[in-house]
Amino acid sequence: MIAVVLLGTVAVGCVAAAHLLAAATWPRRSPAVAIALWQAIGLAWGIATVGALAGFGASGLAGRSGIGLSGVAARAARAARLLVGVAAAQARRWDLLATVRVLSLLAAVVLLAVLCWILLAAIASVVRARHRQRALLGLLAHDDPKVPGALVVDHPAAAAYCVPGLRSAIVISAGALDLLDQAELEAVLAHERAHLRARHDLVLLPFCALLRAFGWSAVALEANNQVALLVEMMADDRARRHLPARELATALLRVGTSGGLAPAGALAAVGGPGGTAASSRSSPARVGARAARVPVATSDGQLAARVTRLLRPPPGLPVAAVILLGAVAALLVVAPAVALLVPL
Amino acid sequence: MLRQAHGRRPHRADLGSVTLLGASRAARAVSYGVYMNRLGELERAIMEVLWEAPDPMTVRQVSTCLTDRDLAHTTVMTVLDRLAKKGFVRRQRAGRAWLYRPAESREAYVAELMLTALDQTGDRQAALTRFARSVSGAEAEALMAALEALEPRVGPGESSPRGSGSGGD
Repeated sequence: MIAVVLLGTVAVGCVAAAHLLAAATWPRRSPAVAIALWQAIGLAWGIATVGALAGFGASGLAGRSGIGLSGVAARAARAARLLVGVAAAQARRWDLLATVRVLSLLAAVVLLAVLCWILLAAIASVVRARHRQRALLGLLAHDDPKVPGALVVDHPAAAAYCVPGLRSAIVISAGALDLLDQAELEAVLAHERAHLRARHDLVLLPFCALLRAFGWSAVALEANNQVALLVEMMADDRARRHLPARELATALLRVGTSGGLAPAGALAAVGGPGGTAASSRSSPARVGARAARVPVATSDGQLAARVTRLLRPPPGLPVAAVILLGAVAALLVVAPAVALLVPL
Repeated sequence: MLRQAHGRRPHRADLGSVTLLGASRAARAVSYGVYMNRLGELERAIMEVLWEAPDPMTVRQVSTCLTDRDLAHTTVMTVLDRLAKKGFVRRQRAGRAWLYRPAESREAYVAELMLTALDQTGDRQAALTRFARSVSGAEAEALMAALEALEPRVGPGESSPRGSGSGGD
């Protein structure tokens, strides 16, 4: 029972820690540490919640009070027998505790399955989206001497992005080429290259995956937003090592305030719904229809935070704080793992 | 393209007024490495031909447009087949020949790319990493004020260092 209580505490503690971290101001002083902490919170929550549910479900069955991994398997078998027993006993006697235990075990299995599923689904969807991007870029994009090594797409709206992966690419729109001067373009390229080299997409992937199952949860949304912002800050830092911060800041401001595509106009250009090949999963009309349904983006202060940080860099965290936070992150992950694997 | 002063207000790029920028697309050299193997280059060239044609074309007509490349008839047919399988080209029978046309206009595909790039599809996924999210309203005005504070003042007679249009005339 000790193990179950410990796991439950960790699970609840992770949610509390997530709230605290989202509200904290120190992350912008050391984004790498903050990202590590977010990852630890996410991982620990997963392990602890599944473990607590499974442990409670399996507890009370004859045997040791601890769990242990092999014990879980034995208990799962016993729980299956218990399930059958409960069904048989329904007619005669209502055993609430046994029913709750079985439900708890089922919940653990379902949660574990969901977590694995969302990760796989997110990877598949990302691979598909990047494949589509590369196909379109192959047909539409071209070089430009102003941005060596990057691809240019002819469109008046200003945008820049990178497509991570094995065959990565940096894409700049023609509108952005017009908007930014040479120094700013180099800052943009340095920023995107930093994303590609550090594989920030792998950092973001689990948090985006979490939104598939827990999109209703404010915590999951907040975690996603925070990690995305921290990842941008890390790329800003890396770009700033080789180039002055000022150009990056002005590039950010220009691109951010240049206005996007009016969804109605975009939808009109792609011809509206219908008329698309039924076999293709993505097409201009589908994308346009999706965009038309999205409400106008609400401002979340991310751009302002990044610009402020570039122009007035905050002091880094003291070493003692970094060590402390690292220890907290490690403890968060190790504690539930120990509770699961070692019979207590 | 005229570049206005740094005090300009943001405007929504209306796709209805997209003008095709730059020189003729056919004249642009495409040299980026990993995307452009020979087959990819052919696909691109053929799509350009189809986009510029007002009507669906037969394989023979497409080959005629690509005379400078000296391609075999079967090569063009193979590439068109690939494009059809990928969903970029549609074909219909007309007598004994097939007529090919692009599935969507060039602008539609560019719009799809841009909508994904500008994070306006509502897809929260880690497929791309965007440089900056568009902001609007009060936040945009505050940021534009910050931008103006950063800019050195450009007098009426001086040329702006940015832009590909009037500055270079």
